[in-house]
Formats: sequence, structure tokens, C-alpha cells
Amino acid sequence: MILTLHGSGPVGVRGNVVRLDAMKAFYVHAELDRDRAETEHMTAPAASKRPFRWHIAIFLAPAVLVYTAIMILPLFGTLQLALFRNIAQSQVFVGLDNFRTLFGDPNWSVNFWNALRNNVWFFIIHMLVQNPIGVVLAALLSSPKLHFSAFYRTAIFIPTILSFVIVGFAWKLILSPLWGVAPNLLDLIGLKSLFTPWLGKEDYALTTLGLISVWQFIGIPMMLIYAALLSIPDEVIEAAECDGVTGMAQFWKIKLPLILPAIGIISILTFVGNFNAFDLIYSAQGALAGPNYSTDILGTFLYRAFFGFQLQVGDPNMGAAIATMMFLIILVGVCIYLFLIQTRLRRYQF
Amino acid sequence: MSKATVSLPRSAAAHAVLLAYTVIALFPVFIIVINSFKSRNAIFRTPMAPPTTETFDLVGYRTVLAQGDFLQYFQNSFIVTVASLFFVLLFGAMAAFALSEYRFRGNKLMGLYLALGIMIPIRLATVAILQLMVASGLVNTLTALILVYTAQGLPLAVFILTEFMSGVSDDLKNAGRIDGLSEYTIFFRLVLPLVRPAMATVAVFTMIPIWNDLWFPLILAPSEGTKTVTLGAQMFIGQYVTNWNAVLAALSLAILPVLILYLVFSRQLIRGITSGAVK
Repeated sequence: MILTLHGSGPVGVRGNVVRLDAMKAFYVHAELDRDRAETEHMTAPAASKRPFRWHIAIFLAPAVLVYTAIMILPLFGTLQLALFRNIAQSQVFVGLDNFRTLFGDPNWSVNFWNALRNNVWFFIIHMLVQNPIGVVLAALLSSPKLHFSAFYRTAIFIPTILSFVIVGFAWKLILSPLWGVAPNLLDLIGLKSLFTPWLGKEDYALTTLGLISVWQFIGIPMMLIYAALLSIPDEVIEAAECDGVTGMAQFWKIKLPLILPAIGIISILTFVGNFNAFDLIYSAQGALAGPNYSTDILGTFLYRAFFGFQLQVGDPNMGAAIATMMFLIILVGVCIYLFLIQTRLRRYQF
Repeated sequence: MSKATVSLPRSAAAHAVLLAYTVIALFPVFIIVINSFKSRNAIFRTPMAPPTTETFDLVGYRTVLAQGDFLQYFQNSFIVTVASLFFVLLFGAMAAFALSEYRFRGNKLMGLYLALGIMIPIRLATVAILQLMVASGLVNTLTALILVYTAQGLPLAVFILTEFMSGVSDDLKNAGRIDGLSEYTIFFRLVLPLVRPAMATVAVFTMIPIWNDLWFPLILAPSEGTKTVTLGAQMFIGQYVTNWNAVLAALSLAILPVLILYLVFSRQLIRGITSGAVK
């Protein structure tokens, strides 16, 4: 599940993607079901006579209250703050002025577009590296009669449970030219000349961090695709074998189309996780996302704008404007997934 | 599955690839932990070797325990994680029970509303959350973190538990009703024990992001008394960046508890992820 959650901790949220699947049906049929429920409600004579059922309200109240007060209202509060500005100690409504500043004022826009570009590249690295490796590992793990598969599963998932702080620093030490672990390793395979301090060079730093993040999260696509592969019924595989489709051909023609929905879910969760990432960059490169802002992504940009850092004074309204942009980007991504990609992926019911 | 596809070279190749990736996954963790037990000279001279009797040194751990207040940080993380987990599970299960058990006007809409938080990260609301916490005087308290993490964990918990609860047999609940049990008793005595496996899955998924989060402790509770272990380790390492023994020891101290918990619960976690498939 990512998730992350995201933020919702990425791990948290991503892990449960299997069920998110069901969410789609949920979305599409919500209206329909509600109508049906209401009709039934009205036609059942017992229902209309029933007194107000307090226990339903009591069961729902704590969750709805906490969720609304701490998540939904602040979310809209943040969107609203983006339309105000602090002038002479009071909040004044300025319409879209903050966004005009964000896009037009070179002090902001250069950083914003840089962060957005970096974030897109960060996401592309994940899609290009994480998904193929995840598919290969899952396909190998799910091969029949594989010994030690539980061991491999457990071991490959370990980086995913570690915090970004640990991962960021651990890799920073390993890649450090001072310590020499990375050059030593490259020396073993005769490639020592390739070594440079990757995290310290503008050209490589972001890509390196993207790969570190892939290293950390590979467990999630692996597990979800593994789950999807296990859910393919034996009859389908046996039918393929009867038709002489085996080995690689079987994988490309039979299994891959069947796991495409799982890959779709992983992609959208990666998207949401990447566009609100922060911790890894902050731990490895600090809030300034060095060298020279080359690893700045929207999360670190938001942190500096809103909370302030060193010489920069924090500005909650500009922070809110950036958060609003992140919200819109994520919303667009989720909508594209739900309405364009998800509806075109063919799903098979067994 | 069929046995026809299994051949010796194929399975040897599979093992080779998986083993290679396992090494890639574990190597960084391994190298950090073994070096944390070595003296400063050995760390630099032979970084790849495990500690020997000559190079064994706990100076890093002594520095960490003397300088950083890690026990306090652990305690904070523990309180925040356990309390948030308790509220997420309790409130989430209650809401899931209401959604799965009763037909009422707006049922689906409520489910949809609570599910929104799965896709939209709570982090985007940070600006207004900080204002809220400042206004209510909760900045630099563990309560602030517990509230935020409870809200963060609820959407997914409700979503998963609703699915599981709709699988609990109606006959059982109706038998309870005929025996005169209240709806509350039915929920706490009959339904909750039956969905315990699902609760464990939700617990693991909720726990890891809370324990590992850096963003909210950094913004809502950065004071010395309320630092979590993730933030504490981050700041400690930032200060002692040139003291390699201390940094490695701090990293190891942050890795080990999570690692041990994971090894204990890995079966549960992995079953939770794959349970959509394995029937």
C-alpha cells in the first residue's frame, strides 16, 4: 500500500493498493447504489417507522470529527489562505495575486519551475526503474516451487520499512568519497574510474536520489505485482500451456495483460508519493536541496517557503499557494488515472 | 501451477537474480551496522570488514547515549505511535462497522468522503494545521502529533475494515440481537474479535509511516522534550556529521528496533499485502 502514504506515509498508503482497486467500483457505482438504498429505505415500512438510530451517529462521530477537523478543514483552510496576504499584520484578500507572484516574480518562479521540473524527473526515474525491476522480481518470486521465496520477499522488503532519515544518511555515507565504500566496491569490478561524488554534483545528485528512493520502495511494487500474479487462476495458465504458450511468451501474452491494473495502481500511488516527497531530500541534502538547488522538489520548496530557512523568512500564504499547486497537480494526476487510464484497462473477473 | 515450466537452469537463474537483489537491498544496512561497532581507524581503513576483537569499539554508542537524549526520543515516538494506532483502530473500526452494518441515507457518500484522504496527502494541509495547533496551544505537544496521525491513518483504516466487516456473518449478529444484546455489545464483543486479523494488518500499515515520519515532528513538535526518534536522529546526525562513530551508532540505533519489529511481524505484513490475492 503508500502510499505514504503518503505523507499519508507512503508506505502506509501504498501497501493497500489491492483494495484501492475496489475503490473504483465504489466511485462509479456510488450514485447508483445510493439511489437504490434510498428506494429500499422508502419502500420498507419498518424503516420509515424506525426512530433515529443514535448508535449509527455514535459509531461514526469520532472518526468523522477527527478526520474533518484535522484533515478536511485544514486542507480547505490552506487552499483559502493561498488567496490572502499578510499586509500590515492583517490578512487581506488578494485573489490570485500569490499565484501571480509564484509564476511571475523571478524570485519565486525560477525556484518553482526548477522544483517542478526536478519533481517530474524524480517521478520519471521511479516509473522507468522501479516498475520494471518490481515486475521482474515479482515474476521470479512467483515462479512455482521456488525455494526460499519467503526469505527473498522478507529481505527485499526491508529497506521499505526504514525511515527516510536512515536511508538518506546511510547512502550519503556509502557514496561519500571520504569513506570509500563506493569506490572500493567499484574497484572490485574494475570500474573505479567511474566514481565521482554523485550526491555532490549538480548533474547527478537528483538522479542518484531518485535511484536511492527506488532502492527504498522497490518492495511495494514487487509485493503488489506478486499478489496480482498469485491471483491469476491456475486454469488460465494451464490453458495457455495446452496451447503451447510457455516461458517468456506466456509472461508477455498472458500474465502481463492480467497484471496491468496492478501496475496502474502502483503508478498512481508512486505519482502521489513523489509529488509530496520531502523527507529523503531533506535528510540527504538539507532544506536547501543542494548542490545549488539541483535536488529541490516541490516538498522542499514548500518547506522553505512556508517555514523559512536561514535567511529566508517563512511566508504561510506563499506556502499555501505552493501547497495548492501541489494539490492541483495531484488532483489532476488522480483524475487522469481514474477517468482515462483506469477505464481503459481491461479487468478480468475470475 | 504446472511443473512443466520448471527446469534446473531456469530456477538457478531465478535464484541468482533474487540473491543479487537481496544483497543490494541488505548491503547498505549491513555495512552501517557492522561499522558502528568499530573504532574510528578501522571504519576508514577496512570499511568492508566485520569488527574483529582488535577493531571492536563501542565509542560511537557511548557518544550517542551521552549526548543525545535518545531514551526520551524513543519514549516520545512510542507514545505517539501507540496512541495514534489505538485511536485509528478504535475510531476506524467503529466507523467501518457503521458503514458496513447499517443502511442509512448518505451511507455511500460518507464512505466516499472518508476515502478521499487515501489519495490526497494530509501534508498539503500543513499550513492550516500549524495555524490550528498554534491557535489551540498544541504546538510542541505530543497531542498535536497524535491528532494529525489519527486523521492521517483513518481513511485507509475505515476503507479496509469496511470490506472485512461486511464479510462477518449476519446470522451471528442477528442471533446476538435476538438475545437482547445492544448494538454496542454486538460491535465490541462479537464483531471486533472476528476482524482481529484485519486490524493487525491495518495496524502494521498505519504504524510504519507514523514511526518514520519526519515532516510533522519537524513542523509541529521540534522542541527537545517532544522530539521523536526520527527527528532526534536527523538532528543529532546533522550536528555530529564529522563524528563517524557517533553517526553510525545513531543510525544503527534507529534501524534496529524497526528491523526487529519487522522480522517479528513480517508474516503478518506480507500476508496483509497479498491477502487481496491469496484466498
